[in-house]
Order: sequence, then structure tokens, then C-alpha cells
Amino acid sequence: MSTAIEAAVETTPRPPGGGRARRPVRRQSLLEVLLPTGFMVLAALYFLLPLWWLVVASSRERTGSSGTGLWFDGPFRLFRNISDVLAHNDGIFVRWLANSFAYATFGALVGTLFASMAGYALAKYVFPGREAVFNIILAGVLVPATALALPLFLLASLVDATDSMWAVLLPSTVSPFGVYLCRIYAAAAVPDELLEAARLDGASEFRAFFTVSIRLMAPALVTVFLFQFVVVWNNFLLPLVMLQDNRLYPVTLGLATWNSQVTRVADIQLYVIVGALLSILPLVIAFLALQRFWRTGLSEGAVK
Amino acid sequence: MTTTSPLAATAETTADPPTRLSRRDATPRRGRRHHLAVAGFLAPFLTVFAAFYLVPIGYAIYQSFLKVERDGTFGPARQVFAGLDQYATVVRSNDFWDSFVNVSQFFVLSIPLQLGFALVFALVLDSPFLRGASFFRLAFFAPYAVPGVIAALMWGFMYSPQLSPFPAVAERLDLLGPTWVMFAMVNVVNWVYTGYNMLILYSALQAVPAEVIEAATMDGAGQLRIAWSIKIPHILPALVLTGIFSIIGTLQLFNEPQVFRGISSAVSSKFSPNMVVYATSNVPDYHLAAAFSVVLALLTCVLSFLFLKLAQRRAFQ
Repeated sequence: MSTAIEAAVETTPRPPGGGRARRPVRRQSLLEVLLPTGFMVLAALYFLLPLWWLVVASSRERTGSSGTGLWFDGPFRLFRNISDVLAHNDGIFVRWLANSFAYATFGALVGTLFASMAGYALAKYVFPGREAVFNIILAGVLVPATALALPLFLLASLVDATDSMWAVLLPSTVSPFGVYLCRIYAAAAVPDELLEAARLDGASEFRAFFTVSIRLMAPALVTVFLFQFVVVWNNFLLPLVMLQDNRLYPVTLGLATWNSQVTRVADIQLYVIVGALLSILPLVIAFLALQRFWRTGLSEGAVK
Repeated sequence: MTTTSPLAATAETTADPPTRLSRRDATPRRGRRHHLAVAGFLAPFLTVFAAFYLVPIGYAIYQSFLKVERDGTFGPARQVFAGLDQYATVVRSNDFWDSFVNVSQFFVLSIPLQLGFALVFALVLDSPFLRGASFFRLAFFAPYAVPGVIAALMWGFMYSPQLSPFPAVAERLDLLGPTWVMFAMVNVVNWVYTGYNMLILYSALQAVPAEVIEAATMDGAGQLRIAWSIKIPHILPALVLTGIFSIIGTLQLFNEPQVFRGISSAVSSKFSPNMVVYATSNVPDYHLAAAFSVVLALLTCVLSFLFLKLAQRRAFQ
């Protein structure tokens, strides 16, 4: 199934007689099909083999001790290894996964709500300083991570708030990109007539937003949520700077810590490999399930 | 590297003057009675934005103008105004400028390859000859689901001769040694981000009007000619956008070299500018670290802006 072709066909105006789009149909030669497809198969190997290797390596008895190829050799120990990892150190790994979920879900939910409200206000109302506010928000993107993480740490230590979940949760709720996307989307998707009608029915501005507008903005909200979720899930520097207590670590920081113990703790290398596999599975699955939303959102951001 | 999509706006509004947005908001609500509603809508975001963006930046700038002074060697530390002392140290810091050389090399090795392949993949995905396009789109994008730290750990294992799936290669080439480690890290970053950039370009390709392509086909243009003369010019703004993402992402490189530092002696703890800032703050010398990050932020702004201007002159005139 080629979505590219579908999309092209869909946007072609249909001829008056109905039926298929007026695309010049020509028989494609075998070579014309094999060449690009073969090229893409090679590329797919490059992108997917490391993930496959991760599965194979996670199934070995001990890392390096029983072959290094790309196929299972020796006893298949994947599930045994997984339960070992989950049990290691009083189940700290499960905590890390849960923390990552908590940080990413909270940051993405609250971030999307705040960004949608701000983007909507910037799109649908005229007020003094509107463009200035918008431009300052956008400039936020150019700020390097350390420029934020370090002063945040210093400020948090002034109020004794480091080494707590809040020190990571709260800064994760800011999504300037979300404001941008919501503004563009609300401007195009929420008709003024509809808002006028809601007002005539006596709805307040907030009621109009939460009952009417937010539904029309749903595709943009899904995209903002996904983007922010990935950003927070990938975050490494902020927790690295803020957190000392390893029970508060997200899974990225936790695995990096395990990896730094390779010389001291037996078997930890295998645990890092299995842990890496476990930590990316949920995200890969979420991506596969939600990928059509990504396309919508990306084209909103880049093309419009 | 980070997700830096907001730049879409900068690319767009500057490439395409604000008329577009304002035309779309043709009849927005006016009048005093909505000012309260506007304030209510903006307040939550602006509060967190101020608390976790503006205030920290302001605090970093303030810190960068201070230094720690002691009475004697063991006297109590006091923070005193230092003027531009910290910035003078930044200018003289070899570590800092060396790290810029490192990320510049990284950029040259990584980005042309990454964006070049992203463009080729997007065009092939968009061509009528490919079978299984949706599978390839997903497969290439899947690595983006892997956090940078985890991708670096995973590839790090695959580079080591004991674990590599291709031990012959890993034994012959010392992939974590001084000669190859830069390429090894470039590969990790490209593995994660090529599919992401491909998706941005592919989305842009969907906006190329089918009529134009059809007309070109009628005129006898082949797929390569259509790609070169119609599709690529049409998605130039999206290419510029991915270019700016790449500049910002490379300047902010941290996660991957930070992991590689642990597995390769060839990566120093001051490989990238962000690592210099982090190492300086670990000393701890917060004032100098603050000055480093202010300079880094300014340079990022300047470089992205210059690139945008240059690209506009080439692409949009």
C-alpha cells in the first residue's frame, strides 16, 4: 500500500465523468520497481538491524560468552533475563520506567493544555503586544539545554527543591513549539462564526474554548502531546543535574548509571542491554499505533 | 540533540512575511471585554514559561557577571560583581573553542549525509515506483523512538569487539579509538535522526500539487527530472527548516558524547560546548559555567539566523 500514491490521487481533481483520477497510467518495468525498492530494503536493514540485535543480545546467557552474531545461539534466555532485570536491586528498574512514564505523561498533558490555551488566545484574539509575546515564546527554542538546566538547578537549590520529582516535572510542562503549532492550527480550524454562535447562546469565552474549540483542535493537540512526550522521555541533562536519589531517576539516567558500573558489577552489561530493550519497546509501540497523527502534525509545522 | 520544531515558525514567518498569519486571523475578536479571557488563556503558559525559561536565563546572565572571592585561602566565600571577567575567561578558554571545533567537524561529517539521505528517502517514498512505502516510512522512523542516551549505549556495545554482531569489523577497526570514534558517534546521531528529517521532508512533499506533477509527466518528464525540477524546489523551506534543526541540535550535542565518554578514552569530558558547561559547573564554577552558556546561546542564535538569511537569499529570491 503506497500512501504516497493515495495522497497524490486524493488531491487530484476528479474528472467530471467520475471514476479514477486522471493519472496517466503506464506499465512500470520490473527494473523501475526493483531498483528503488531494493535500495529501501538495504536502508531498512540499517535502521532495523540494531533493534533486532538488541533482542538477540538480550536473549543470551551471558553477554559475549556465547557468540556475537545476529541470530539466537545457545539457550534462549530472554524472559529469564527480563525477570532478572526487573528484580535487580529491589526492582529499581520498574521504578525508573514508572518515573519516565510519570514525567513524560505529566509534562505532555499539562504542557499540551497550557500550549493549546495560549496558542488559541494568540490565534483568535487581537490584543496589544500579541506578536511580541509570540516572538519571545519562539525565541525559547534557541536556548541551549545547559543554559536552562544549570540555572534551574541553582534556583531550585535556593528554595531547596532539588532532588524531588517536581524539579523535573514542572520544567517539563513548557512547550513553546506547542504554542506555535496550536496557534497555526486554531487559526485555520476554529471558525469565528462558530465562536460567535457560542457567544450568542450565552457561553463564556472559556466555555466556548473547552466545549467547542478544543475539539476542533484535537489533531494538533495529539501532535503536541506526542512531541512533548518524546522530548521529556528523552530528557537526560535536567534529571542528571537535579536528582541525586536514584529512586527518582528516569530510565535514561538509570541505564546510564548502570552502564558506568560495568567494571564493578557482574552481569550489569547484560542488564543494560535488556533494560534498553525494555525501555524502548513502549515508545516504539506507541509510535506505530499513533504514526498517522505524526504526519498530520509535522506537515502543519513545516509546510504551512 | 533535541527536538527543536518551534523553529518552524522562524523559518516560516521570515520566509513568508507575516501576511499569511494575519490574513488567516482576518476577523478575530476585538474589544475590551475579551481582555480578561485573553489573560486567562495566556496566564498558565506564560507562568511556567517565565518560571522555567525566562527567570533561569535571566539568572544565568546575572550569575555570569559575578565571581567568588575569598579572604585568604580558607576564608569564607563571597560573591562579588566581576564585570566582564567571566567573559574574558570564556574568550581565552581553549576548552570552549576546541569544543566548537569538535562540533563543527561533527556537523560536517553528520549533517550533509543525514539530510542527503533523508531527502533521497523522502523522494523515493513519494515516487510511484516504490512498493511497501508505509512499511519503509515506519521502519526508518522507528529509531527516533530510541532516546539518544539509549541509542548511544546500544551502538556502544555493538562497536565493542566482544559484543559486536560483526566482530571482524570491530576487531580490525578500533571504532572507539581516536581515529574512528567521531564517525562512530556521527553514526549514532544519524541513525536516530535521519528518519525524523525524512518524515518532515516527506510531509512537505505531500503538499506538492498533484496537477503540477501530472502536467510534468504529460510533458514527458521522468521521475528524476520531476524530483529535481519540481519536488525539491517546492520543499526548500522544509529543507531549510531541517538545516536549522541540525545546527541547533549539533551545537547542543550532549547525550551521545556524554555516554561515549564512559566507553571510549578518545572522547574527552569537554568534547561539546554543553559538556564544557557541565564540566565547569561540576568543578564547581557556576559563574564561569553561566558565562559559557550565555555565549553558547548567543552563538546558536547568530548561527541559526545567518543560516536562515543565507538560505533565504539562495532559495527564495
